[in-house]
Amino acid sequence: MFPFNFEWIWDMSHMVFMGGLWYAMTILGIGMTYCLIKAVVDTLQGKGAHH
Amino acid sequence: MEMNARQHKFGMVIDLDKCTGCGACMVACMAENNVPFKVDETNKRDSITWMRVYKLTNGKPYPEADACFLPRPCMHCEGHAGHSPCVSVCPATATDYSSETGVVSQIYTRCFGCRYCMAACPYHARYFNWWDPVWPDGMEKYLSPNVSPRMRGVVEKCSFCYHRYQLAREKAIYEERDEVAEEEYQTACTQACPAGAIVFGDLNNPDHQVARIVQPDAHHHFTGHSKIAFRLLEQLGTNPKVYYLTEREWVRKMCDQYNFGPQAAGH
Amino acid sequence: MDSALFPKGVKRCPTWQFALWIGAVGIVLLWGVYAMLLCWLKGLNQTNMNDYYGFALWIWADLAVIALGGGAFFTGFLRYIVGKDELKNIINFAVLIGFICYSSALLILAIDIGQPLRGWFIFWHANVHSMLTEVAFCLSCYFGVLTIEYIPLILENRQIDRVPFFHNLAHNMHEVMAVFAATGAFLSFFHQGSLGGVAGVLFGRPFAFREGIFIWPWTFFLFTWSAAAFGPCFTIFLLKITEKITAKKLVKDSTVWLLAKISGWMMLTYIIAKTIDTLYWLTVTAPAAGYGAGFFYDNWFYNFGWLFVEIVVGGFIPALILVSEKGRRSPGLLFLAVLLGVIGVSVNRWVMVLQVMAVPVMPFDTWALYYPSWQEVATTILPVAYGVILVSLSYRYLPVFPNEMELNAAPAQAEAVVDEELPVQAAVARA
Repeated sequence: MFPFNFEWIWDMSHMVFMGGLWYAMTILGIGMTYCLIKAVVDTLQGKGAHH
Repeated sequence: MEMNARQHKFGMVIDLDKCTGCGACMVACMAENNVPFKVDETNKRDSITWMRVYKLTNGKPYPEADACFLPRPCMHCEGHAGHSPCVSVCPATATDYSSETGVVSQIYTRCFGCRYCMAACPYHARYFNWWDPVWPDGMEKYLSPNVSPRMRGVVEKCSFCYHRYQLAREKAIYEERDEVAEEEYQTACTQACPAGAIVFGDLNNPDHQVARIVQPDAHHHFTGHSKIAFRLLEQLGTNPKVYYLTEREWVRKMCDQYNFGPQAAGH
Repeated sequence: MDSALFPKGVKRCPTWQFALWIGAVGIVLLWGVYAMLLCWLKGLNQTNMNDYYGFALWIWADLAVIALGGGAFFTGFLRYIVGKDELKNIINFAVLIGFICYSSALLILAIDIGQPLRGWFIFWHANVHSMLTEVAFCLSCYFGVLTIEYIPLILENRQIDRVPFFHNLAHNMHEVMAVFAATGAFLSFFHQGSLGGVAGVLFGRPFAFREGIFIWPWTFFLFTWSAAAFGPCFTIFLLKITEKITAKKLVKDSTVWLLAKISGWMMLTYIIAKTIDTLYWLTVTAPAAGYGAGFFYDNWFYNFGWLFVEIVVGGFIPALILVSEKGRRSPGLLFLAVLLGVIGVSVNRWVMVLQVMAVPVMPFDTWALYYPSWQEVATTILPVAYGVILVSLSYRYLPVFPNEMELNAAPAQAEAVVDEELPVQAAVARA
């Protein structure tokens, strides 16, 4: 899973497979972080208080 | 290490015309490799037998009736360039094909028991530990200290007695020899066979008996040179390292799916 | 008693009735949990699996729920990527079903492995060449996506929504949902395919093995295609059951017809491809390995009937019903089609797991048949019970169906709604 795992080899298979995986996980991570931070900012600005 | 410079390809040839079906190979294998057993082993589909002897019959009435016993260890398939059926599918790299020895290994402490390798193996050479191993009182003292017993929930299989190779190699290194001699590394089943039906050695070493008998043809998927040599289910492309010998044509045809394949069609 | 938690303006059954319903399903759930604990504590000897059936009922259940749960990714793909806005009326339900299916699949996998505590090895010591590794990674990631898609729905509960932070969070998540849905679709295309690849790469098993392109056997593409085709069928199937139980109309007909039409065309194209694949396998691939066509079906249980049920009964018939406007607009035929579709894809997953194990490969071996133990059955029903409970809770407390209020308004209002819908339906019919 990580380059420091002993079965890791710097070959095309590992780079494509793990690249795809980390790419997807990064998008999800950044997306959720953005939503959470923006929700905190929005709340501090008083948005959504009437609901 | 210098010793590793040479690529070995350990393999086996079993003369089916010599095999009497006595089962000594099975017993020797179980004792050597600490293979667990149950009180009731009648169900062969959930009990573990790394080396299993099958009985083949030609299905003909007397006097043409004939039977053949076929010992089946793990075939240590090479596939195409080490792409053996089981190794490539293991999701956790718990089984590996060694290009140094040609042995398909199984890391018991790595296996998490998904059993995908069992689904991949056409020879049913892989076994799952459905139960925790239980040894009769006192028997644990007779277990081999060189082979780790397996726990419930993992897959195990024949290792070509790899621990014997490790011991022989250590001895050779200690004695400052480059090579492990043919007789230094022999599997338990080979040594136990009273009929001398099993021959084991390095298929890459022309001095070894196994290589002399089989003479694998590297240009034709390592098929045996001898007309009476064959491998089980050769047409699947698993490229096994266990060869069989028999003069009986019906056995050779049966073991290679004679019903339909290109061979039957005269290719 | 709990009416303050209901979505605004909708009617729900009395609390006692709901509690009774949840209690009854809960008993089934507990039965499954008991069997699950037996498997975890005593090991897989609690099952009827054996060395010939290392893959059995559970792996089938996994493959089936993932295929059926494919409605979530494909509906999301159509809604957010293709831009079929109409599907916003059913997307919440599709996500809910997907969430249930994928969480069930992960639970079953956790029971199915011999050493559950080592389950993380599949990630840590990943063999990137194994189809199962790709399945594990993409399935887990996609379950994350489904959770992200389901969370806003929970946050929209009337009481939770009152909390400004949760309201803002749900709003923000909706804003970027297209990105999540696109990632989900990307992951789904791969793990659905890899599940097909799991069987397709087994060159030691001539019943399963298929040729293909590069590292992917044809089953890779067929599985993705079929999940996209039959997943929406399952969404519609469960929607119709939910509507029957609740005695309410929950999603506009136009939305259902649109999804059914797309599903139908996907099914028809899939089943043609599947037929070609089957013929090629039976006449070229399998004979090359030494096995004739009749060999795989030469058993009292596994006979050609399975192929007929999968391809004709569960493939061509529902596909043809759904592609015809008359067929999908008839409530009876629509239900029959989605039911047959669900059966068809489940049969496909069944044969690609269990028949693969049953067929003798060594010429001196015999057919291996198996029946599951009660523990396997109970743990397979467990996710169904869990799913029923989650659908019930979601329906009761969350705004799963945005059109529920208008579709179940007083008769006079309802007529007006139907009138308003007509132009939309006409547009859909033209599309």
